[in-house]
Amino acid sequence: MPESAASSSPASPQAGADAPVVEFRRVSKTFGAFRAVRDISFTIRKGEFFSLLGPSGCGKTTTLRLLAGFEEPDTDGGEVRLLGEVVNKKRPYERKIAMVFQNYALFPHLTVERNISFGLEMRGTLKVEIPGRVRKAMEMVRLDPGQFARRLPAQLSGGQRQRVALARALVLEPSLLLLDEPLGAIDLKLRKEMQLELKQLNKELGTTFVYVTHDQEEALTMSDRIAVMDNARIAQLGTPAEIYECPRTAFVAKFIGESNFFDGTARERLPDGRFRVQATAGGGSYVVPAGPRVAEGQPVRIAVRPEWLDVFPPDQVPPEENAIAGRIRDVIYLGETLHVLVDLPGEQRVTVALRNEGQLTRPVRWQRGDAAAVAWLPEDCQVLEDE
Amino acid sequence: MSDPQAPVKLRQRILNWFHHHPQAKAWSLVLPGGLWLLVFFLAPVLVMFSYSLKERGIYGGVEDGFTVEHYLRFMDRLYLKILWRTVVDATVCTAICLLLGYPTAYVITRGGRLKGLLLFLVILPFWTSFLVRTFAMIFLMRDTGFINTLLLKLGLVTEPIVMLYTPFAVMTGLVYGFLPFMVLPIYSSLEKLDHSLLEAAEVLGARSTRRFLRVTLPLSMPGVVAGCLLVFIPALGSFLTSDLLGGAKEILVGNVVQAQFTSARNWPFGSAASFVLMALVLGAVMIYLRVRDGAEQPAER
Repeated sequence: MPESAASSSPASPQAGADAPVVEFRRVSKTFGAFRAVRDISFTIRKGEFFSLLGPSGCGKTTTLRLLAGFEEPDTDGGEVRLLGEVVNKKRPYERKIAMVFQNYALFPHLTVERNISFGLEMRGTLKVEIPGRVRKAMEMVRLDPGQFARRLPAQLSGGQRQRVALARALVLEPSLLLLDEPLGAIDLKLRKEMQLELKQLNKELGTTFVYVTHDQEEALTMSDRIAVMDNARIAQLGTPAEIYECPRTAFVAKFIGESNFFDGTARERLPDGRFRVQATAGGGSYVVPAGPRVAEGQPVRIAVRPEWLDVFPPDQVPPEENAIAGRIRDVIYLGETLHVLVDLPGEQRVTVALRNEGQLTRPVRWQRGDAAAVAWLPEDCQVLEDE
Repeated sequence: MSDPQAPVKLRQRILNWFHHHPQAKAWSLVLPGGLWLLVFFLAPVLVMFSYSLKERGIYGGVEDGFTVEHYLRFMDRLYLKILWRTVVDATVCTAICLLLGYPTAYVITRGGRLKGLLLFLVILPFWTSFLVRTFAMIFLMRDTGFINTLLLKLGLVTEPIVMLYTPFAVMTGLVYGFLPFMVLPIYSSLEKLDHSLLEAAEVLGARSTRRFLRVTLPLSMPGVVAGCLLVFIPALGSFLTSDLLGGAKEILVGNVVQAQFTSARNWPFGSAASFVLMALVLGAVMIYLRVRDGAEQPAER
C-alpha cells in the first residue's frame, strides 16, 4: 500500500531535537509463521495524540510492544526509532518511556504511593524528591493523596486503579506515553470522562501519547491522528475527519462508523470530468466524482455514510442527487436519530440516518412496504480502493 | 401416577428440600469428611494425649494414674539436645530445599512446552515408596555403591569416600525426600504471577535483578512460606532417614518417639515426646499465619 508510506511525512528526519518522537521504517514482526506486523511505516510528532485502531489480531498491540521494547523487529524487519535513535535492540528499561497497561498491572503487594514511586526509585531519582513528585502525580490524575496513598490496589475501584496506573506512568515525566486499551475495563460513563481527561493531559503536559484501542469512537474522540490497522498493515493513516469522511477501503469504511456500499461499473465520462456508473444490481445508474481510481469500463465501489443518504418518495428526488429506488423495510427509533432501512434491488439493504425532529410533533411518515428512493449528492460518496 | 415417574419425583423432592434448607446442604457436604477426621484423627490424638499423662505399663501399654513425669523427663539435657538437633536439622533441610527448589520452580514456570514434563519429573519420585527410595540412596552412597565405584574407576579418588552413615547422608536423604514439597507450592505461586507485572516493572526501569527482588520474590512469598512449612514439618518428625542413612547414630525426636513405641515399650513417654513435637509444629504454623497475614497488610514505609 504505497499511500501509507506517503502519509508518514518526512523522508529523512534528523536525529536530535527536531526528530520525530517515534518513527517506524518498514517494520515487520513475525511470530513463527504468523506475521503480526508487515512492513509498516509511520512517524509520530512531538505532543501528538496518536491512536492505533483496529480489530483484535490486527497488529496494533504488537506495534505498541515493538515501541515499548517487549518485542524486537525481525532481522531485516526495518527500524524502530525513538527521538531519531534506532532502538530495535534496546530493552524497555533503556528506553525512558512510560506505559499504561490494559489490566493496569499495578503491583498488588505495594501501596498506591509505592506503586507510583516504583519507577522513580528504579531510575535513581533523589530520595528527597520522590514524595513531592508522587503527590504531584496523584493530584494530576485527581486522586487525593491523603485518602489513597496508603491503600493497596485491591482496596480501590476500577476507575481509581486506572488513575493510579496513569499516575505511575506520568510521574516519570516521560516524553512518550504508551497506553494499551487503558479504558477497556471501566464503565461507559467513567470512560467518557477519562477520555476527555486523557486528551486534556496530553495537551497540558505536551507528552506524546500513543494509544491502542479497538473502539473507533474512542479513537475519534481523542486522537490527533489515527492509524487504522487491518491484517498486520496500516489500512489508513490520517486525522479523525480524514478517516471518517474519506475512508480509503471498505474495511476502514465499515470499521469506523457505519457505511452503505454500492457496486457498479464506470460507463461514461461526463463533460465535467465526473463519471456515470451503471449499478451492478437493479439497472439504475449514478454519478461519482472523478478520481484516480475511476476509469471507463472499470468496476467502482463507493461508500456512503447513512447520515449522508436521504430518502424520498420515488417521484420527488431532487434532480442533482443520485437515487436508487427501493422499498421501506423498517424505521428504527434511536432517540437522536432514526434509521430507515431500505431494501434495494439485488437483496441489498441500506441504512439511512435521519435526524429526529420529534416523532410526536413531526413524525416520519414512512411505513414498511412503501416505495421509496434513497438519494445522495455525488460529492458525498467515497470511491474505495481494493483491499 | 405411573411407576417410572415415582423415583424421579422423590429425587426432585429431596433436591427441593435441600434447596430450601441451605444449612442442611452445607452440613451434608461437610459431614462425611468431618466424621472421618473425628474418628481417625481427633480421637487417636486425644487417646495419645491421655496416654502421655498416664503411668507406664510394665510390659508396655499404659496403667491408670495421672503424672506429668514424662513431660518432665523430656526436659532432661539429653532430650533437649535431641530436640535442638532436630530443629536445626529441619531448619537446614528447609533452607537447602528452598535454595534448590526456588530456582527449579522458576525454571519450570518458564519451561514453555516442557513445563508438563518437568512437573511430571518433580512428582515422579512419589510413585515409589519413601522407604524404597531411601534404600536406593544407600546403594548410591555406600562405600561399594554407585558413586564410589564410579569415582574409583575414573581414578578421581584412591579409596572410597565415606558418605553413608554420616550427617551428610541424612541431610541428603531429607532434602531428596522433601524437595518436591518445596518446588510445587513455589511453582504454583510463580505460575499465578501476572506476566504484565514484570513488563510493567521493566518499562518502569527495573533490570532483571531488581525486578526479581522487588516484584517476583515478594509476590511468590506465599509459595515460599507454604513450601517451607511443608518441608519443615515432616522434617521435624522424620525418623526413617536418620535410621537408614545415618545408621541410627544421629537421633532425632522422631527416632525417640518411634523407639518408645516399639523397642522401649514406653508408650506414655512416646506420647509425651510426640506432643512436644506437635507443639513445635503448631509453633511453626503460627509463625506461618503471622507472616501470611502480615503480607496482606499494607506495607508500612
